[in-house]
Amino acid sequence: MNVQEQYVAFMTIVRKEIKRYLRIWTQTLLPSAITMSLYFVIFGTLIGSRIGEMGGFSYMEFVVPGLIMMAIVTNSYSNVVSSFFGAKFSGSVEELLVSPVSNVVILMGYVVGGVSRGLLVAVVVTLVSLFFTDLTIHSYFIVVVVVLMTSTLFALAGFINAVYANSFDDISIIPTFVLTPLIYLGGVFYSMDLLPEFWANVSKLNPLVYVVNAFRYGVLGVSDVSLPIAFGMIVIFTTLAFGYSMHLLNSGKRLRQ
Amino acid sequence: MIPALEIENLSKVYDNDFEALKGISLSVEQGDFFALLGPNGAGKSTTIGIICSLVAKSAGKISVFGIDIDEDFPAAKRHIGIVPQEFNFNQFEKGLDIVINQAGYYGLAPGLARERAEKYLRELGLWEQRDIPARMLSGGMKRRLMIARSLVHEPQLLILDEPSAGVDIEMRRSMWDFLRRINAQGTTIILTTHYLEEAEALCRHIAIINHGKIVENTSMKELLRQLDREVFILDCLEELPEVITIDGFLIRRVDDHTLEVEVQKGQHLNQIFNALDVAGIHISSMRNRANRLEEMFVNLVEGAA
Repeated sequence: MNVQEQYVAFMTIVRKEIKRYLRIWTQTLLPSAITMSLYFVIFGTLIGSRIGEMGGFSYMEFVVPGLIMMAIVTNSYSNVVSSFFGAKFSGSVEELLVSPVSNVVILMGYVVGGVSRGLLVAVVVTLVSLFFTDLTIHSYFIVVVVVLMTSTLFALAGFINAVYANSFDDISIIPTFVLTPLIYLGGVFYSMDLLPEFWANVSKLNPLVYVVNAFRYGVLGVSDVSLPIAFGMIVIFTTLAFGYSMHLLNSGKRLRQ
Repeated sequence: MIPALEIENLSKVYDNDFEALKGISLSVEQGDFFALLGPNGAGKSTTIGIICSLVAKSAGKISVFGIDIDEDFPAAKRHIGIVPQEFNFNQFEKGLDIVINQAGYYGLAPGLARERAEKYLRELGLWEQRDIPARMLSGGMKRRLMIARSLVHEPQLLILDEPSAGVDIEMRRSMWDFLRRINAQGTTIILTTHYLEEAEALCRHIAIINHGKIVENTSMKELLRQLDREVFILDCLEELPEVITIDGFLIRRVDDHTLEVEVQKGQHLNQIFNALDVAGIHISSMRNRANRLEEMFVNLVEGAA
């Protein structure tokens, strides 16, 4: 296939993915808006008003970037894991496997589908947050770059999960037992300064710490970790996830017999 | 002429050490209508899976229109259309979207993809159902949807794995007509089937696979010529006598108006008709007791077992 044909194939996958999550928007877009509204009300308004300042900002201002990032992470991840596993489960992934479309196009098609959902949900959650606080953006460039890199990273992670999953249980185990704890312990609700030194160091193994803090820097201009390190870690994690995803596709592991 | 498909010493050993293919070789000429027959587990679907890249081969070589799949599988895939045994599309998508998306995976621009999708959905009688989610189509319609999907990039080699499974007789006949038509237009067709009458009705060449080996690979005519006996059932207008004999033939009186006659290779039916005519018995209709190919198939498969 020439470049033009590969592009057509790529756009076909992306369009299919977007149509899929828009068709079931009550399952894909609405829950994040509702859940985040509850977070804003409970943690921001009710509890937050008693906590006082965090990192030099009101608690509501502090948690908003983390909560937006939480929505991006969960949505980009769950879009790819559920869509690709669904294609495996129904056998429709064979439509792609028998075609001449290259593996990198298959991967990027699904990843961009997941990224687009992450971005759309980010916009929805940001709009919801405006009902609770005034958002001023410190650096639009950093915000955009971090959002794109983070949604790419977790879309790739969702892809890896989908390839290994054998049942619908398998695609909920990682989000429930790994992703959610990492998000909660990734500095969404608190500053790393509050942690004892040991746990602060342990937290540095958590990729969510870097994405949450890099995004918080973009919005508020403050971060618990240095920005170059945060970017470096996100790039490293993304490169590893991309490399491993391509390895899975090229080897045909769990996709071809 | 370069064969549409050439398989040389193809082997497949699965992870559980099951040896599904034991070095099979076969060649399918361009424009042929080829049947690959075999009992369940013989290796038919494994062979097809390897040709279309869903199964990794253990050894051997496959060329599609002269393109070695080990050298340029994407180029080879462009020549292949596959209709699998199981429904393998997203049941929540509309038929039109399924076909258009498949065209996109082959790099067809959206305008051309829609044009082709319309062409094949119309030809297969699915255009009126194009906006219905696939899960709401009947079994026969789903089967035809997979054929439309497999043709949207206009492959030169169409492979159908059990295309008649779950399809009613009327639908099957119209599908046969469609396949004959595209074969006449130049598309090489390979099909696996359990309906041996289907292979006999459609195919010019046949390979029989059993326990991962090709046990027969010949023309349909040659295969049928090898049959050494056939049993015919004759429906007679007059009431038959209690005892009836014709020299040289094994005859059984089934009931008052039905005879069963065994015809050996070298004998001909005129002898039977003449003898019955002399006896004042007239034949109103005649049919085979069993599908001739089925008998041959059973003999070959049991012989190889």
